Amino acid sequence: MRYKQKRRIKLIIILAIMAFAAFLYFQHGINLGLDLQGGAHIVLQAQPTEEREINDTVMTGIQSVIERRVNQLGLSEPLIQRQGSDRIIVELPAVDSPNEAIETIGRTAMLTFQNSAGEVLMTGEAVQDARADHDQYGRPVIAFTLTDEGSGQFADITRQYIGEKISINLDNEQLTNPTVQAVIEERGQITGYETIQEAEEDAILIREGALPVPVDVIETRTVGPTLGEISIQKSIRAGLLGLLLVAIYMVFYYRFPGVLAAVILAIYGLILMGTMAGLQATLTLPGIAGLILSIGMAVDANIIIFERIKDELKSGKTLRAAIDAGFKRAYTTIVDANVTTVMTALILAYFTSGTVRGFAVTLGIGIIVSMFTAFFVTRNVIDIFAGSKLLRENKSFGVRKG
Amino acid sequence: MDILGKRKIWYTISLTVIAIGLLFLLINGLNLGIDFNGGTLMEFSFENSVSSEEVRGVLERVEIAEDSKIQQSESAGEHGIIIRAKTLESEEIVTIDNAIRDEFESAEMLRTEMVGPTIGRELRINALLAMIAASIAIVAYISFRFEFRFAAVSIITLMHDVLITIGIFAILGREVNTPFVAALLTIFGYSINDTIVIFDRIRENMKLLHKVPFIEQANSAVVDTLPRSINTSVTTLIAILAIYFFGGASIQTFMLALFIGMFAGTYSSIFVASPLLVTWQERISK
Repeated sequence: MRYKQKRRIKLIIILAIMAFAAFLYFQHGINLGLDLQGGAHIVLQAQPTEEREINDTVMTGIQSVIERRVNQLGLSEPLIQRQGSDRIIVELPAVDSPNEAIETIGRTAMLTFQNSAGEVLMTGEAVQDARADHDQYGRPVIAFTLTDEGSGQFADITRQYIGEKISINLDNEQLTNPTVQAVIEERGQITGYETIQEAEEDAILIREGALPVPVDVIETRTVGPTLGEISIQKSIRAGLLGLLLVAIYMVFYYRFPGVLAAVILAIYGLILMGTMAGLQATLTLPGIAGLILSIGMAVDANIIIFERIKDELKSGKTLRAAIDAGFKRAYTTIVDANVTTVMTALILAYFTSGTVRGFAVTLGIGIIVSMFTAFFVTRNVIDIFAGSKLLRENKSFGVRKG
Repeated sequence: MDILGKRKIWYTISLTVIAIGLLFLLINGLNLGIDFNGGTLMEFSFENSVSSEEVRGVLERVEIAEDSKIQQSESAGEHGIIIRAKTLESEEIVTIDNAIRDEFESAEMLRTEMVGPTIGRELRINALLAMIAASIAIVAYISFRFEFRFAAVSIITLMHDVLITIGIFAILGREVNTPFVAALLTIFGYSINDTIVIFDRIRENMKLLHKVPFIEQANSAVVDTLPRSINTSVTTLIAILAIYFFGGASIQTFMLALFIGMFAGTYSSIFVASPLLVTWQERISK
């Protein structure tokens, strides 16, 4: 009776873990990487100029400009983050025309104010805001505001160049070439536009294009939605097929314990999905490969345990005793074997980025979950069935009568 | 079953495969993709078959990357083409993208990859650093859990598996990109896992059978763990083959590398690692 009670509690715990994993999975879902859901991945690198080195302030400035450009695209959940000392990574999920989006974001726009000799007097960093407006005569103009620092700077410049032309350039392209008509400090206007649209276009460039240093696009990867869709379908089908074949092999080789192993694999799959969802890890295409590989490792843990139990049975132990001894001896083997793989996964995650990191993270999570499954789920499932006829038969675990 | 007694045969097989691989590596080198060398890759799919010449015509009209390599592809299961060019500017990519979709009504952009030269250099350095770091971590862990000679042999075994994988890729001339690096590191992890399971048994036999010579302790460990070694590699290789054949073109190279590496890993854990321990032992006792 006590044994049956224990068995019931073990069953309830396993079911509770499965229910929790299913809950996490349905609650959070699995984050899909850009290679699976389609989207664009862009790496931008800031280039130092003669006047300016790359430092934290410059990078923060660049990041905010890039953020504004990305927001103009109106996408859901874009990701913008700093990488290393001079890089920014932008990820745009599910963008319709990814290549065009990259062009908008990566435009090497650097705004400069230059005198007629082409000397740079001030950069776009001094501009706080610029908007299209009408002046008191109803003409379209750009009304701009300068930062505190910029105000002082521009006052000196306009004092010096009054009556002369100062061009405003985006990179090598001249946007406008107005004549300085008064000393300007904090606020000013640029006239000479035919329509309000023209003024608006330049205003956006002056406002948004204010990068403190030039920025290079050094890597882009885009995946159209079709390919992502195909990849998901194909890899899921392939994964399920692989699982099925592995399960058939296990049943064929280990008989009833093999059936248990197949069930444990299914439970493992569920816990793994729940963990991925709970940790909000991102699943990439190589990540799916990592998952399938970790399934291989999970099967391996079961194989090691079964082989050990088989050895113990061969040496003449009773089933209960053989299970106990088998698990105990399999324990160190599985830990030693998996620790090195987890270490490799961690190192890989540290040194790489993008989809390969997705792979490393998935593999790492997969192995840790597989260890948990081996020591907790397999143990209890075997215990639950230890009293049943199915496991008592001598043929179980593939032991041949000798 | 006497596996370790025939170790010279196993060494010869391994060394032959590695030597042939290295020969191809020296003559042909690895077919490094854009992740290593930098460049641009664009893949499109069409409803009807489109020839490389038609695509080249479009590139010539927009006067961008006219000298690209243009190939047929089957990623999407439809008629597809891949354009490989040097590193292009974002504007140039948009121009090509638009020009192709204007010219062929059913054209769809599947993927675009542009990698600058700095990224390729970093990838090479990071891949190397990752392998060195992983090796150090593995040596430290195994020395701690086992003995230093087990660690040293593990690293030789790892080199064996990685060299065979790289060598076979050199022979096949398959293109190598970032996923290949990930595959190599996975092989690292997997192969060490396989080797440790056997070492673990040797460690156990050294205690249980301390009266018999080392070669017999090691041989019985290899033989006893043989069912596990075979079952594990069969199940893992089944999974890998399933993805290789049905998982789509994008991960085929990755899976191929894993397949070769895992195969080499299983071989080396049985036929290289423990024999090397025995050889090591003999050298010391001489």
